[in-house]
Amino acid sequence: MRLIVPLQGVVQGRGGLILGSLIPCALFYFLQLYLKRNRSPNSQSSPPSRSTSSSTLAEMTRTLSRGSIGPARISSRAISIAKPNDSPYYIGLDKASEDPYDRIGNPHGVIQLGLSENRLCFDLIKKWMLDNLSDSIMRKEGGDLSISGIATYQPIDGTMELKLAMAGFMSRVMGGAVSFEPSQMVLTAGATPAIETLCFCLADHGNAFLVPTPYYPGFDRDVKWRTGVELIPVHCRSTDNFILSITALDQAFNQTRKRGTKIRGILLSNPANPVGNLLSREMLHGLLDFAQEKNLHIISDEIFAGSMYGNEKFVSMAEVLDSENFDKDRVHIIYGLSKDLSLPGFRVGMIYSFNENVLAAARKLTRFSSISAPTQRILVSMLSDTRFTEEYIETNKKRIQNMRDLFVAGLKVLGIRCGESSAGLYCWADMSKLIPSYSEKGELELWDKLLNVAKINITPGSACHCIEPGWFRCCFTTLAQEDIPVVMERIRKVADTHASCS
Amino acid sequence: MAIEIEQPSVGLSKVAVSETHGEDSPYFAGWKAYDENPYHESSNQSGVIQMGLAENQVSFDLLEKYLEEHSEGSSWGKGAPGFRENALFQDYHGLKSFRQAMANFMEQIRGGRAKFDPDRIVLTAGATAANELLTFILADPGDALLVPTPYYPGFDRDLRWRTGVKIVPIHCDSSNNFQVTPQALEAAYQCAESMNFKVRGVLITNPSNPLGATIQRSVLEEILDFATRKNIHLVSDEIYCGSTFSSSEFISVAEILQTRDYKNSERVHIVYSLSKDLGLPGFRVGTIYSYNDKVVTTARRMSSFTLISSQTQHLLACMLSNKEFTEKYIKTNRERLSKRYDMIIKGLKNAGIECLKGNAGLFCWMNLSPLLEEPTREAELTLWKIILNEVRLNISPGSSCHCSEPGWFRVCFANMSEQTLEVALERIHKFMEQRKRK
Repeated sequence: MRLIVPLQGVVQGRGGLILGSLIPCALFYFLQLYLKRNRSPNSQSSPPSRSTSSSTLAEMTRTLSRGSIGPARISSRAISIAKPNDSPYYIGLDKASEDPYDRIGNPHGVIQLGLSENRLCFDLIKKWMLDNLSDSIMRKEGGDLSISGIATYQPIDGTMELKLAMAGFMSRVMGGAVSFEPSQMVLTAGATPAIETLCFCLADHGNAFLVPTPYYPGFDRDVKWRTGVELIPVHCRSTDNFILSITALDQAFNQTRKRGTKIRGILLSNPANPVGNLLSREMLHGLLDFAQEKNLHIISDEIFAGSMYGNEKFVSMAEVLDSENFDKDRVHIIYGLSKDLSLPGFRVGMIYSFNENVLAAARKLTRFSSISAPTQRILVSMLSDTRFTEEYIETNKKRIQNMRDLFVAGLKVLGIRCGESSAGLYCWADMSKLIPSYSEKGELELWDKLLNVAKINITPGSACHCIEPGWFRCCFTTLAQEDIPVVMERIRKVADTHASCS
Repeated sequence: MAIEIEQPSVGLSKVAVSETHGEDSPYFAGWKAYDENPYHESSNQSGVIQMGLAENQVSFDLLEKYLEEHSEGSSWGKGAPGFRENALFQDYHGLKSFRQAMANFMEQIRGGRAKFDPDRIVLTAGATAANELLTFILADPGDALLVPTPYYPGFDRDLRWRTGVKIVPIHCDSSNNFQVTPQALEAAYQCAESMNFKVRGVLITNPSNPLGATIQRSVLEEILDFATRKNIHLVSDEIYCGSTFSSSEFISVAEILQTRDYKNSERVHIVYSLSKDLGLPGFRVGTIYSYNDKVVTTARRMSSFTLISSQTQHLLACMLSNKEFTEKYIKTNRERLSKRYDMIIKGLKNAGIECLKGNAGLFCWMNLSPLLEEPTREAELTLWKIILNEVRLNISPGSSCHCSEPGWFRVCFANMSEQTLEVALERIHKFMEQRKRK
């Protein structure tokens, strides 16, 4: 919009017709040149969006001349979203889904290691479904068949039954160290809307959240797209194993304040994504002190709390608040069943807050993303089956640990070490020795080779805003054990060609 | 530089504290009264009867019968093949089989007079989300959408709250049965311009809520032409199209576009949902059907915030692909709604109350203006309170629908049993008798 106003002034007479048509054309030409130069080598966008950015430009330049009627325009918010995806995170996901690896059916396909999905315990869930779902979904606990129980309008922030069941499950997942209040929950169709809704409640357009890097690429979408809220990275280093330091937080806070941007809170994932480490109790205290001092909110995304392995214990923000005297009003927790219960398709997420005002607002906002009633009913059954959930949580831990050990060992043989971690469905691998130049460009070249030559999709650290090049997130829970040697072999080939070139 | 005001406690956003959710209006206040004292056929016969909720319960038995006989939708069959894929499926494109089934269902409802391409269907968790999403895509904060009055009170929230977009009303009145006129369209456009709002589109509900009537073909064409002339979008919320009492009376904007060979169609978007026609609001199933590729792509990506559970998609794909079931359901549902409508109109007429001639929807648009002390909004609200507290019926006052003529009320009839409807009609009759005597 800001471009159009001065140009209109030119067209309206101050610069004459020639300038009026010359300037937009020149801009158009230079913008196309810039885009061509900077387009990543692999932005093979799907057909409908391929011509989007150029046609959008054409539209804009057409509407600059007075009186023209182009096609009905879409909003500025939408224009940026309509552009072809240029983040390696999304490009890789697309490529892998177009040509998915299958041991028997498509052995030369792309192996998907870029999606943090857990497929290790499906057999348990499937068995539960078969044993328990033979009845119609309409039948409620021994009652008569009736659809009105699930067909009619439900409480938009989730049924009380599901909240109770979720409270129990969350508590079990976190080792029974803390209990959760159903009345402090707002259920949403996945953690994605939970994060967005929370941002709408806590920050205005133009405000910012501090977020430690590297962070989950999806935050750029969930937090920024429609809310207009900014994310300010707080860089963490491998020397600290990528753990946040209060000093760095403070620095980022002050720098951002000087710019005139208002910071409303800190957003973090704990267990961390993509690194997979945990915040210690002391660190959580430090964060709470900092938030209190600067009057900030804390959003703690704890969606991987049940995807632990190893012996370290997970400490939830809720646990710390329970035991200490901190201002609870500023703490909000995100949770969901996509990772811990492997049901991303069912869309179950949650905002857990201690702030009544936030809960009141969030409750009203969830009407835009409520959980489907029949799904809620199934989950109430499943989550209330404590025998099942206990077995699931235990087995899940063991299988993730097993897979991780094999995967990390495989990488070690190739000379690739991984960051220390105790949770998550991925490992954080240091491939800096394999990149042609120690820079983001070099990292993306390696990513490209791995995706298009070796045909494995892993997520480069730059997509996660990591400040040190060469780190990659590799999700190993979508694999079967037999696939690990295949993956390692493919990486080895790339590593060898790099060694022979250098 | 802005002066920073120190806040004693951690603050919330403007969105969180704003009143744009509109939930303090009488539309929602009546629900509170109902929640506190709900009518029940046997246990609470003096409670408030809920006639403010447009829910369709008249065809539940058909749904129950289907689900009982076809459990393959709710399980995944022997050995549950496909369960894994289903549980993992979070693709914002949506299940292809479900989109196909939705496209077919939408065609069936329109008597095959319009074709729908499954690849233009974007799924959302309910029409509420669909309307908001479209608004995010078509308009920037501070822009405006033109909406004919009276309109569904929820639009104030769905179209404005998080989007920052304004609604400028297109005033309609009873002189021509509240139909939109070219003059009213132009007046609304000028009004928006004079307030410095950029108009981005017109949003119509067809069949109309709260009028309970379909939009005539000529009016639809006028609205479409208006949108084309002004180079703005047209959103047609058609969630009540399957609740038209006679299939031939509903004309979808899709039909008009088809007859025009889809010329200028990239500005048209249709919202649909299974909440009203199929009576499944709890399932949270809505769709955006757009003739504009960019809108489809963008809406799909934005739908990440409002995906439909894959389990629900699977269940409904099975149900809606069953042609035998859908044909029977659509036909029977129409007949039952028509019967209910006749019943309430007759009952109201006996009580001396006239309604707008309707042919669709789960409600009728009742004219109580003769009962008003004076033709004002205040008098209407006074009457509404009396009906709520003394007659113990929750009906929706026209002012909460932004109707410019006081005295009209929306009365829902499909969310209760016939017996309950009888009780409600008796109460109204008694009330009117009392007033006559005074």
